[in-house]
Amino acid sequence: MVKFLDIIFNTGIGVALLGFISASAMFLIWWERKVSAWIQNRFGPMRVGWHGLLQPIADAVKLLLKENISPASADKLVWWLAPFFAVVPAVMAFICMPFDKNLIARDLNTGVLFMIAITSICVFGIFMAGWGSNNKYSLLSAMRAVAQIISYEIPLTLSVLTVLMFANSLSMQDIVRAQSKYWFIVYPNLTIAFIIYIISATAEVNRAPFDISEAESELVAGFHTEYSGMKFAMFFIGEYTNFFIISAIAATLFLGGWQGPFLPPVVWFLLKTYAIVFLLMWVRWTFPRVRVDQLMAFAWKVLTPIAFVNLLIAGLFLIKTR
Amino acid sequence: METALKESKCITTEEFLINMGPQHPSTHGVLYLELKLDGEVALGCTVHLGYLHRGMEKIAESRTLTQFIPFTDRLDYIASMNNNLAFVLAAEKLLGLEVNARAKYIRVVIAELNRIASHLLGIGCFAQDLGAFATPLFYCFRDREKIVDIFNELCGNRLTYNYMRIGGVQFDFTKEIEIKIKEFIKYMSNKVNDYEWLLSGNVIFLARTKNVGVLLKEVAINYGVTGPNLRASGVKWDLRKDEPYSGYENFQFDIPTGINGDSWDRYKVKLEEIKESLKIIEQAIGALPEGDPTVKAGRQHKLPVGEAYMRSENPRGELGFYIAGDGSFNPYRLKIRPPSFSNLSVIAELVKGCKIADVVCILGSLDIVMGEIDR
Repeated sequence: MVKFLDIIFNTGIGVALLGFISASAMFLIWWERKVSAWIQNRFGPMRVGWHGLLQPIADAVKLLLKENISPASADKLVWWLAPFFAVVPAVMAFICMPFDKNLIARDLNTGVLFMIAITSICVFGIFMAGWGSNNKYSLLSAMRAVAQIISYEIPLTLSVLTVLMFANSLSMQDIVRAQSKYWFIVYPNLTIAFIIYIISATAEVNRAPFDISEAESELVAGFHTEYSGMKFAMFFIGEYTNFFIISAIAATLFLGGWQGPFLPPVVWFLLKTYAIVFLLMWVRWTFPRVRVDQLMAFAWKVLTPIAFVNLLIAGLFLIKTR
Repeated sequence: METALKESKCITTEEFLINMGPQHPSTHGVLYLELKLDGEVALGCTVHLGYLHRGMEKIAESRTLTQFIPFTDRLDYIASMNNNLAFVLAAEKLLGLEVNARAKYIRVVIAELNRIASHLLGIGCFAQDLGAFATPLFYCFRDREKIVDIFNELCGNRLTYNYMRIGGVQFDFTKEIEIKIKEFIKYMSNKVNDYEWLLSGNVIFLARTKNVGVLLKEVAINYGVTGPNLRASGVKWDLRKDEPYSGYENFQFDIPTGINGDSWDRYKVKLEEIKESLKIIEQAIGALPEGDPTVKAGRQHKLPVGEAYMRSENPRGELGFYIAGDGSFNPYRLKIRPPSFSNLSVIAELVKGCKIADVVCILGSLDIVMGEIDR
């Protein structure tokens, strides 16, 4: 009986999370279109709902009703699985997302590690899509994506490691609690780590200026060139969910997570997350795209050495103060 | 190490062809590039043309000269006014017509306004090709819109103007238009700095354009490259200065040139030319002579037996019209020398050894319009 209740409880959490994820992805799509429009002297979506707020729903309905076309020469199994690989890991990462003191699905004692590991799986989805499409543009995009995401994983992990040294724990909740006095971003070491994290995370989720894997002026639409209908939408949802996740991780690790005065903790968490989301959107709609060799050189020759030195200095600092 | 890998046959790599176009987001119309790639690196490319061919030169043989003016709008449709101007200049040269001073000045003002509009679009699309998704393009469109509005008020059209006439222009400037143009000069002089802020100082923009697609002076001359692309390679050649027409000799302006001939120089020269064009417009609109620039009669011109070639400085380079008359109303032969055709022909030289992203960058910086290439 207890086990049965447990299953129901867990399913409830799952459904709630899925609801939140879809709502948040849709909101982010609308928000991105609005922000880009404001930056570009436009209105953006205005027709469906208040200031186009229901536009993503209209789009989702349209995409659901569209025909599912698959290329004749596609590698069918890989082609069909790829969109799931893009979405499922992104959803799973929400298991360790601390929305509030108690509002967390599972406070794993290896939370950060789990997050980083599970979000890395998304690269499989991109690679499978590029490979399965049997399209030269998609293949090029897949190759770029793999090289890019693996390279940027290193500075990203190193910057997170710096936080872990200050927090002394891998659990997301412990990291938030460790920031009850000061947000981690106020320490000089962690400011650098924050900048490295934001840059690497942008590259990690393929957003401009690091969107070389779906560079539409070069590779048409990259790995999802051949996808249409709901399969395309799944890539889209995966992308925006990942976008939310990296912003939420940044808010949790560096900006004190759900902590803050007056307002309820969930509001603080979402405020901080959306502030970072806005920052990244601003960057996306301002900068041109870097070239593939510049991108790799930047990861290996600039970010990784800085991250290592930063980690070393952080270690020395901690030894001295303790 | 790469050769060692290839020899050991552990990993075999092969070159592959990729069809960039005719439907591709950044080929500026229906251009079809057949790219030969080794991974990310382009080894060469073949250009396939003709998707927009309408037989303009043949059409001209069954039209009178006045009837052909609207067709010139559809050559380089970004700079219709300049095409109009080049054609009517050639026709006037063949017919031996003189144009009054006011018409000349109005033509200069209009041509320079269209040059600004064209360069704005060139810069915007170039930034878009580099992946600055739509923001610079929208900024450029915002400012281009002001010019298009002026043209709309002047002649009722927004893209294909059909404004110049053999012997003058279609409509005179009204007082409101003169005020609007003066306001635009003030507005645009400030806005040029926006582009400097948004693009010229951007680290990524610099990294993407500097030393990409270097067009050497000799290569440029051998291929017949003209316009901003030639000037970016360091050749100070501008027909407005070197073979003045339509009263350009009366105005003070500089010819901006580049040093390296890379994509950055081609961008910068366009941006500087906008400032120079503003200077010309300011001088011309300030000293607009009195008179009637419109053509009252004489829509039909019997062409003399003979030929005439006239070239003028379009935003993209030298646009030349060769007209041969045989005593009838229609030209015996009309040949168009479009600047973009020669400008595009260097691309095979430039893309060798570039990354795919650079191919797009080079194509964007050459600023071609397929309408006049395929004609």
